[in-house]
Amino acid sequence: METIGLGHYLTVAAILFTLGIFGIFLNRKNVIVILMSIELMLLAVNINLVAFSAFMGDLVGQVFALFVLTVAAGESAIGLAIIVVYFRNRGSIAVEDISMMKG
Amino acid sequence: MTIAAAFFYLFAVLTVAAGLMVIAARNPVHAVLFLIFAFFNAAGLFVLLGAEFLAMILVVVYVGAVAVLFLFVVMMLDVDFAELRAGFIKNAPLGALIGLILLAELVLVVGFRIIEPGALAAASTPIPTAGSGITNTEAIGRVLYTKYAFYFEAAGLILLVAMVGAIVLTLRHKEGVKRQSIAAQVARRPATAVEVVKVGSGEAIIPASDGRS
Repeated sequence: METIGLGHYLTVAAILFTLGIFGIFLNRKNVIVILMSIELMLLAVNINLVAFSAFMGDLVGQVFALFVLTVAAGESAIGLAIIVVYFRNRGSIAVEDISMMKG
Repeated sequence: MTIAAAFFYLFAVLTVAAGLMVIAARNPVHAVLFLIFAFFNAAGLFVLLGAEFLAMILVVVYVGAVAVLFLFVVMMLDVDFAELRAGFIKNAPLGALIGLILLAELVLVVGFRIIEPGALAAASTPIPTAGSGITNTEAIGRVLYTKYAFYFEAAGLILLVAMVGAIVLTLRHKEGVKRQSIAAQVARRPATAVEVVKVGSGEAIIPASDGRS
């Protein structure tokens, strides 16, 4: 068994990112699961950043992963707030109902 | 197989399995719980990579804040989730096709990547070696508060904007709810609070319905 290299971590992140994309297609109607899929994709990106940081010996990747975490937290907070307001107004969170701004 | 490799495979398999269950779970509450599980295992991967600080941040911020927020919203909204799952199977082939194409591309990139030989020597902020006595947290702090201080403050600003935005979006004032008005209480004077009434012998004063005679 060879040692665990950069490719192993990148493969895990690639699979996780693909799962996130697949989740958006699979649950097209449920906004909450779509938000969770986005969180999965951001997690995959973070794994990539930290793996490169560790194997290239450069700390900047971890600092950047920290910023990605910050933005992801803000994004999910705003997204969930929008979902709550939308549900309060319309009584539904199905994606196809969100068409009020259609031209 | 070394211990580290065994733990890598454990965490990797569990992360991917939990990610699969996040998108495939029937009950959204279960999906959120699997998301928490995926975050825990990803934190394990971070520890294996030597990024202990980020692993702890992942557990504290994601599991402690973001996932619990998701759990709140999922439980608060009274949504018929079974209805939202209609079309689950119909969309699966297209999603699987695009997912497979993307995965093939990503694996090709991973398998045939070439790292420029000089890139390793050109690390702008090298990770301190284990023997130097500097922990991962201290190393990140040294670079985060000096070289990336402005980015750090910008991140704080983003969080502030997110907080204000979330509060403004969800705050609402209901009509007809009795609340304590401190300003009105403080502004009361004896003239408005007390009324002296002279009651004659054999008379009665029946207060009006609003409390004033």
